[in-house]
Amino acid sequence: MSRPGFVLEVDDRTPPMLVHEGEGFRLESFPLGSRVIYPPESLPAIDDVDEAITEALLHPVDADPLPSQLRAGMRLTIAFDDVSLPLPPMRSPDIRQRIIEAVLTMAADAGIDDVELIAANALHRRMTDAELRHVVGERVFRSFHPQGLLTNHDAEDRENLLHVGLTEEGEDVEINRRAAESDLLVYVNINLVPMDGGHKSVPVGLASYRSLRHHHNVRTMVGSHSFMDHERSHLHHSAWRMGRLLAEHLNIFQIETTLDNNVFGARYGFLQKPEWEWSLRDQASMLAMRRGLALAPQRLKHRRFHDLRSAYGLTGIHAGRVEAVHERTIAAVHRQQLVEVQGQSDVLVMGVPFLGPYNVDSTMNPILATCMGLGYYFNSYRGRPVVRRGGAAILYHPLAPQFNQLHHPSYVDFYEEILSETTDPLVIEEKYEKQFATDPWYIHLYRTSHAYHGVHPFYMWYWAAHAMDHVDDVIWVGADRRAAQRLGFRAATTLADALEMASATVGSDPSITYLHNPPHLIADVR
Amino acid sequence: MLALEMYRSLPRHLAGRALNGRSGGLALAGRVPGIVSAYASPLRLVTRDEPSVRRAGWARLRTRLSGICGSDLGALSGSTSLYFSALVSLPFVPGHEVVAELLEDCAELPAGTRVVVDPVLTCAARGVEPCPACSTGRTNRCERITVGHLSPGLQTGFCHDTGGGWGQFLRAHRSQLHPVPDELPDEQAVLTEPTACAVHTALRARVPVNGRVLVSGAGPVGLLTTLALRALTPAGEITVVAKHPRQRELARLCGATEVVTPREVLRRVRRATGAFQVRPEFASPYLLGGVDVAIDAVGSRRSLESVLHATRAGGRVVLSGMPAAGDLSAVWFRELEVTGSYASAQREEYADGSDQHGPVQQDGQRGAFALAGELVRDEAVREMAQSIASYPLHRWREALDHAGGAGGLGTVKVAFDPRSTR
Repeated sequence: MSRPGFVLEVDDRTPPMLVHEGEGFRLESFPLGSRVIYPPESLPAIDDVDEAITEALLHPVDADPLPSQLRAGMRLTIAFDDVSLPLPPMRSPDIRQRIIEAVLTMAADAGIDDVELIAANALHRRMTDAELRHVVGERVFRSFHPQGLLTNHDAEDRENLLHVGLTEEGEDVEINRRAAESDLLVYVNINLVPMDGGHKSVPVGLASYRSLRHHHNVRTMVGSHSFMDHERSHLHHSAWRMGRLLAEHLNIFQIETTLDNNVFGARYGFLQKPEWEWSLRDQASMLAMRRGLALAPQRLKHRRFHDLRSAYGLTGIHAGRVEAVHERTIAAVHRQQLVEVQGQSDVLVMGVPFLGPYNVDSTMNPILATCMGLGYYFNSYRGRPVVRRGGAAILYHPLAPQFNQLHHPSYVDFYEEILSETTDPLVIEEKYEKQFATDPWYIHLYRTSHAYHGVHPFYMWYWAAHAMDHVDDVIWVGADRRAAQRLGFRAATTLADALEMASATVGSDPSITYLHNPPHLIADVR
Repeated sequence: MLALEMYRSLPRHLAGRALNGRSGGLALAGRVPGIVSAYASPLRLVTRDEPSVRRAGWARLRTRLSGICGSDLGALSGSTSLYFSALVSLPFVPGHEVVAELLEDCAELPAGTRVVVDPVLTCAARGVEPCPACSTGRTNRCERITVGHLSPGLQTGFCHDTGGGWGQFLRAHRSQLHPVPDELPDEQAVLTEPTACAVHTALRARVPVNGRVLVSGAGPVGLLTTLALRALTPAGEITVVAKHPRQRELARLCGATEVVTPREVLRRVRRATGAFQVRPEFASPYLLGGVDVAIDAVGSRRSLESVLHATRAGGRVVLSGMPAAGDLSAVWFRELEVTGSYASAQREEYADGSDQHGPVQQDGQRGAFALAGELVRDEAVREMAQSIASYPLHRWREALDHAGGAGGLGTVKVAFDPRSTR
């Protein structure tokens, strides 16, 4: 029986807490009485993954068994979640590889020749060949990639997009033509957090900007409380409307998987254990890592983190009709990640780690750090935010104004040009989004290189809009002051300084909650 | 009279070139104040005879204020091309941005009139028959600048016989003189000559209607060119490259739509124009696409390449500063129209090829100085004039050092006031 998540109240025996801050971490002493939310330990993993996959495909939810849906001469497309999932990437074999191999085996048994695989990267960067190989496995890669049958979705390839229709709210539903015109679309998902999966898979992952703009906008994001709760997320409501429209035109067989919380593995086990339970070995690992990080050049430090591959265990796999499958998936994610928290606090403290969905093998620039902290972590709640309205958010990250020119060319312009003028998401959206979204150079780089789409930094900023709307003060500890200022925030050297700075907003004796993640957690705030 | 005199000195010339980074040198000139002014400038403070042109139409003037121009600093630091060595007569008194007062009557202008000097020494000033350029008013293209009754010299301030503004007295021909209205202070008036050059540059740019323009540099040339572009051309967006905070403020005041740093220029132009950016091996990136017109108002290699790299195919590049050597591949490959802009003309040509536009003064002149006379009254020039620093002649080393770092110090122009003793 694994230990559920829990809330610790800091007292005089509590050791310093580990706080992530980019490609490093620090040990922080929190004021007495602070609450620390720990994620649940990993649930027991499924022993026989292949058998679980077969079972899911043969006994799907609200759908016919997959083999009975396969027939010779049909057009089959397999879409799968891209490089943004899971985080960190999964050690080989990736669960998507195992599922895709199983589906392809069944397709071969049915005599299907017309099969294509598509990475559902939406407006994310194209996956490299190596990344595709890692996700689908060597055998599938060799069989499909050289023939051009394993591709990245191209949201700017007008000829290969199909406008399926409008939802009842007038939202355009436009997705990958191959997927839309297939007799069967199998979608292979990794549901790392509750935001993923369901109708967010096909209608988002295979969509175009024309379609995405209906839910990736400030109004929707500010109105999603939170976007980690699909029932209360306007973003998801829109995606669900789109998904239901698609379901009228397209046969989608959704396969969703859930993973345990074994993010860091045995080598960095101390990163996912409560500090007072650190063994001598854990303490030695922590000290060695701290010393190594202090001495290592930036490039080495970067490699050390980004080479990390996690040995996740599979906690669930469900296949069949999208919504029915997703209900089960969400229940499994909640079992793994939900932590009951009583009431809100004045201050929410978050350590932003080295990795988010959009900087795999890349740099977490200040915009991505903002998205990770004020977007993903802030929204990791169900019910109410962990921090009260008008409270303060304190985050840890260096916010070094460094950008990966290959992956994030439009981010540089967004940072230098847009944020220097305004940080107001609504103004930014109104004034600049279209310019960036239609910039031919960004489109060219998105299509031919490995760049995120020109509009992507806008979405990152919108992701944080709910938090920016909710709290009155955002302070980054250990951050580059000029970068923090550019983002419209403040920087502090220490937690004590940050609390002092926040005292004008939350008083001199605020209640404090620290989200001790990763591993992932969802605070179920009562 | 007391004057600063530029003289022939091979050691100092070579030292200047070496310190300035020419000939593989150290490029210290701009970074170490005092090094050029003290050790490498062929300039000296002397007591010398007044200039002695005594012909009809010439008059004696007393300098009130005379600016230090980038071309003066280039000559003193040895960075100017030897191309110009045939067009000057050493030793000479520099100073071609001049506000002075007439010490004797000159044609209809009575003694005591405050004037600014159009420094170009044309056929009229040299007492020769008008050359084809001068006869059509394109006086800056005069082909007789080495002949006539004057020693060679492309301008006042480069000619042994006329003297220059960096001396107490000089001589000028009536064709060079433009009276200054009483209400215009010397500090504003001294900007008339650079404004006239800016007018010429703006008109040479032939900006298409609503054309997008890039001005590289926000020294006086860049700022005044921006002002002239906004006033005299149908330019749309004007992007100005400025290094320093004060320059950025002034650029906006002069009519810039956008002000960017040198580091940002390519990226901002790319974004604004939807151009594509490519990065060649071992060289700086450039755009495929870009602005319609770019103006190099600096004259450095970096600035030249910056404007060449940011101009769309078939676009126009105007070299306003004295140009440096640079990679001209883009000129060939992008079929750029590269044009120079030297000084100013007594009759300016407009984008449509006519010379019938623009403000017309009472005397019917439509030359650059007439247009500049209107522009120097602008609020932006008034603002610029407030940050002019003036020095007496004997503090010339300080003045040159100050001029070398003027932008960073928030100064638009450094000038000599030979009347001052402190």
